[in-house]
Amino acid sequence: MAVKQLTVFLENRAGKLSEIVKLISDADVNIRAMCIADGSDCGILRLIVSDLEKAQEALKGESIMSAIDVLAVKMSDKAGSLSGILTVLDKAGINIDYMYAFTSPALDAYVVLRVGDNEAAESILKQHGIETLNDGDFT
Amino acid sequence: MPNYYQPEIETASREKILEIQNEKIVKQVRHVYENVKYYRDLMDAKGVTPDDIKSVDDIKKLPFLSKEDLRIAYPYGLLGTDLKNCVRIQSTSGTTGRRVVAFYTQEDIDIWEECCARAIVAAGGTNEDVCQVCYGYGLFTGGPGLNGGSHKVGCLTLPMSSGNTERQIQFMMDLGSTILCCTPSYAAYIGESLAEMGYKPEDNKLKAGIFGAEPWTEEMRRSIEKSLGIKAYDIYGLTETSGPGVSFECEEQTGMHINEDHFYAEIIDPDTGEVLPEGEKGELVFTSLDKEAFPLLRYRTRDICVLSRKKCSCGRTHVKMSKPMGRSDDMMIIRGVNVFPSQIEAVLLKEGYPPNYQILVDRVNNTDTLDINVELPPEQFSDKISDIQAREKKLESAMRTMLGIGPKIHLMSPHSVARSEGKAVRVIDKRKLHD
Repeated sequence: MAVKQLTVFLENRAGKLSEIVKLISDADVNIRAMCIADGSDCGILRLIVSDLEKAQEALKGESIMSAIDVLAVKMSDKAGSLSGILTVLDKAGINIDYMYAFTSPALDAYVVLRVGDNEAAESILKQHGIETLNDGDFT
Repeated sequence: MPNYYQPEIETASREKILEIQNEKIVKQVRHVYENVKYYRDLMDAKGVTPDDIKSVDDIKKLPFLSKEDLRIAYPYGLLGTDLKNCVRIQSTSGTTGRRVVAFYTQEDIDIWEECCARAIVAAGGTNEDVCQVCYGYGLFTGGPGLNGGSHKVGCLTLPMSSGNTERQIQFMMDLGSTILCCTPSYAAYIGESLAEMGYKPEDNKLKAGIFGAEPWTEEMRRSIEKSLGIKAYDIYGLTETSGPGVSFECEEQTGMHINEDHFYAEIIDPDTGEVLPEGEKGELVFTSLDKEAFPLLRYRTRDICVLSRKKCSCGRTHVKMSKPMGRSDDMMIIRGVNVFPSQIEAVLLKEGYPPNYQILVDRVNNTDTLDINVELPPEQFSDKISDIQAREKKLESAMRTMLGIGPKIHLMSPHSVARSEGKAVRVIDKRKLHD
C-alpha cells in the first residue's frame, strides 16, 4: 500500500519555504514527514501530511504541486533496521531515487522511499515480513 | 473574400500610389521647410532646398531625423503648424527613457484613425463586430488609435483601456466581444486567465486580435491564437509618425502592409545611412507624407526589418514590412554579442515554456551576466531534482545555440514573474546603474 507524497516546487527566493509551511499550518494540517531537495537554483519540498486534500487546497496558486505515490515502510527504532530494509531492496535490484526517515511515538520509526516500481518493491518487502504503511497511518 | 476599408487606395496600382506619393512629398517638404525651423536648418546645412524634391526618388537627398533630434527639439521644435490648429497631443511611454510628445490637427487624427480602421477591416472587422480595446488610453497612442479606428468601422467599441483583467473578461464574455486589441503580452495573459477561470478557447466569441506596441514572435502568435481561439494580426506604428496603423497585417500574416499613401518607407544601412535595395535587411525610415502638426521627414525608427513588394493574396498593393526583429533600442549587447528579447522569447515558446519571462543583465567582476527568470509549466514539474536540473540545462543549451552566449536560467513558480497589462518590462539592465 503506497502513501501519497505532496511535492511542491520551491523557487529560489527568501521566505518561500516559510510561506508554504505557514499556509499548511493555517489550514490546520500536520506535517508528518518532510524533506527538501536543493538544486543550484530551486528546490523541491516533499511532504507527508495528515490531510492531503486540505494541504493542496491551501497551496493552490502558490506553487506547482503534485501528489505521487511513495512507499512508507515501518521499522523499529533501533540500530540496523534501515540497513535491513535497504539490503532487501538492494538484493532485489530495486533502485531508490531518494528517501527520508523519521521516528515517531505512534509509528516507532519509518522510512519514506521513492522507487521506480512501488508494487515490485512492496512485494519484495512483504516477502521479508516488512510492513508498509498507508495514508490512514498518517492522518 | 478580403475586405478593405478604403478599397480604391488599398488596392491601387503601383503607378497610382507613386503618383499620390510624388504629389504629396513635394507639398510636404515645402510645408516643413516653411514651418519647421529645426528641419529647415538641417536642410540648409545639407544644401537641399524644397525645389530639389520633385518626387519620392529625391527623398534620399533629405537629412535624417533621429530620436536625438526629437529630444533636442522638445517640445515644440518640430511643430509644423500653429498651436491653435492642433487639437491633441500623444506621448510615448518613455520605456527607453526619452519621452516623445507628438502633436495632431483634426485632419491628422482623422487620417490616423482611418489607418487603424484599415487594420481592423483587414482583420475581418465590420460594423457588426464588438471591438474590445484594452490598449492603454490617455497619452499612449494604442487606446486612442484603435478606439478611433473601431468607431470609423462602426464596431461597437468597448473602451476598456488596460488592466483589471477580471473586468476585461467579464465584459468580453457578457457582451460577446469579437475583436480584441491589446499588446501581445496582455493577450497571452488574458488567455491564461480565461483558462484558469475554466473557460475553453471556444467559450469566447472572439474571432480576431489586433496586437502590437511591442515585439513578439511567430511562436507567441501561435500560442495566443490557440489559447483564445482566434486569428492574431500584427499592427505596427510609432508615436513619432502617428501611432498604431502605420502598417498592419492582412489574413496572409506574412508581413504588414504600410499605408503608403501616408507614409513613405525606406530601408537604410544603419551605419552608413545609405538606402538599401528592396529585400535587404536594415533600419526602417519613415517620411510622413501628409501630417500637418508633426511632419517628420526621414525619421529613423531604429527598427530593423525588410520591405517586400511581392504580390499579396489579399489584393492590397501596399508594400509589406517584416515583423521588426525588435527596436535597436531593445537590443542588448552582452559580452559583445547582440541579443534581442524576441530571440529569447522564441526559444522559450519552442521549448514549451510560457511567454512570461524577465531578462536580467548585470556586470559582475567586469563580465556581463545574463539571467532569465522563467516560469516552470506545471506539466514539466517533477519530484526529482535531477529532472528539474535537466530541464534547466536543456533550456540553457537551447538559449546558447540561439543567442551565442549562455544565460543562467532560473525556474520560477507560475505567476511569480510579473504580468504586464500594458507594455511588458522584459529587460532589467542593471549595468546602466553602474555607468
